[in-house]
Amino acid sequence: MENLILYAPLLARGTLVTVQLALASLLLATILGAFGAAGKIGDGGFARSAVFGYTTLVRGIPDLVLILLIYFGGQRLLSVLGGWFGFGYIDISKFWAGVIAIGFFYGAYLTETFRGAYMTIPRGQIEAARALGLKRFTILWKVTLPQLVRFAIAGYANVWQVLVKSTAVVSVISLQDLVGLANDAGKSVREPFTFFAAVFMIYLFFTFISQSIFNWLERRYTIKGRNDAA
Amino acid sequence: MQLNRIVENYDMFLQGAWMTMQLTGLALFFGFCIALPFGLARARRARFLSPLINVYVYAFRGTPLLVQLYLVYYGLAQFDVVKDSFAWPVLREAYWCALITFSLNSGAYATEIIRGAVETTPEGEIEAATALGLTRFQVARLVLIPSALRRALPQYGNEVVFMLHGSVVASVITIQDILGAGRTVNARHYLAYEGILTAAVLYMVLTLALVITFRWLENKYLRHLALAH
Repeated sequence: MENLILYAPLLARGTLVTVQLALASLLLATILGAFGAAGKIGDGGFARSAVFGYTTLVRGIPDLVLILLIYFGGQRLLSVLGGWFGFGYIDISKFWAGVIAIGFFYGAYLTETFRGAYMTIPRGQIEAARALGLKRFTILWKVTLPQLVRFAIAGYANVWQVLVKSTAVVSVISLQDLVGLANDAGKSVREPFTFFAAVFMIYLFFTFISQSIFNWLERRYTIKGRNDAA
Repeated sequence: MQLNRIVENYDMFLQGAWMTMQLTGLALFFGFCIALPFGLARARRARFLSPLINVYVYAFRGTPLLVQLYLVYYGLAQFDVVKDSFAWPVLREAYWCALITFSLNSGAYATEIIRGAVETTPEGEIEAATALGLTRFQVARLVLIPSALRRALPQYGNEVVFMLHGSVVASVITIQDILGAGRTVNARHYLAYEGILTAAVLYMVLTLALVITFRWLENKYLRHLALAH
């Protein structure tokens, strides 16, 4: 227990890395998810097949496999490119390899979330907006997006919760995140249980905080109306 | 790309695939054994038991599988009580640690799925069964559980795929599963990605097989619900 207090600054640093990793990945996943959903909803045949390929690929493989592929494969790709274009050896960043892998991975899940939310918006509303003579952008900004946010919150919260837990596996490419640092510290002071128990509690805390925030958001964005069950 | 290295080591990947399927299958089985009574107890809001189960479910669903695995595999060795106990020969093995952790993890997720399915059982089904003179136990065995498990199928299919994908962390504690085989081949022949790419393809094939199986099961067991809509 004294060791845990001694190593508290280290764990705090690891926690910060984990939080940064999760937030950066979420940002990338959100952008990819938005493009993916747009491609799936739109009427471009090529875009739709590309998005279909993307989501099918991601849902078929485990997150850790993708991380290793991007980290080691990316490293090889960089050195091959370096040979062609004459730049020297570049060390691929573990952090960014993790962000790209996790962002790419959960972008596929958010594609489905956003598409599902879009499908929930009644067609009549968009037709009505068009009949009122609103421009395409105005329809998107004033009619579609506000409702999209509302319908997507629950799914978005789920993806975030899973994403946070996924960040733990980036420690396998020896990123010094919460899990990686706790692993090193726990082994060196011969108290692995104490340190992993601390990590366990920190992740549980993340889950709890995230849930509280999303519950609040859901309450805020849900309109109390006659269709409400409560 | 050096595919010949993969072909040379095909037997490692076969053994890895067997290890992955075995670990996943057994974990799902034990998880289900945990989840059925726990899910029912949660749905019935059993006094004392229900809050305890809730803590278990919340803890295992709220933390990464990798951390749970580390806690069991590396963590337990910290205590002399564990090391001196009769269970040490088992808890020392990476395989058993992975199986125990995966089972508990899958049990937590499946408990929630079963709870949800039991809670959404139409009241009429239970009333009809009671009206036919079935005892409470018969109602549970003949009506409630089969009906709930059928409706839990789609979500349980997701959990099965999740467990398959989650089982990759076993390779981190030296178990030779699919990813373990891929990483070993990579290390042995100084490859960058071929072994992992092969692992990715194998996981994809297994996932596809599971998805198809569950779609078939859903068609078989949920057809009456599809017709109702």
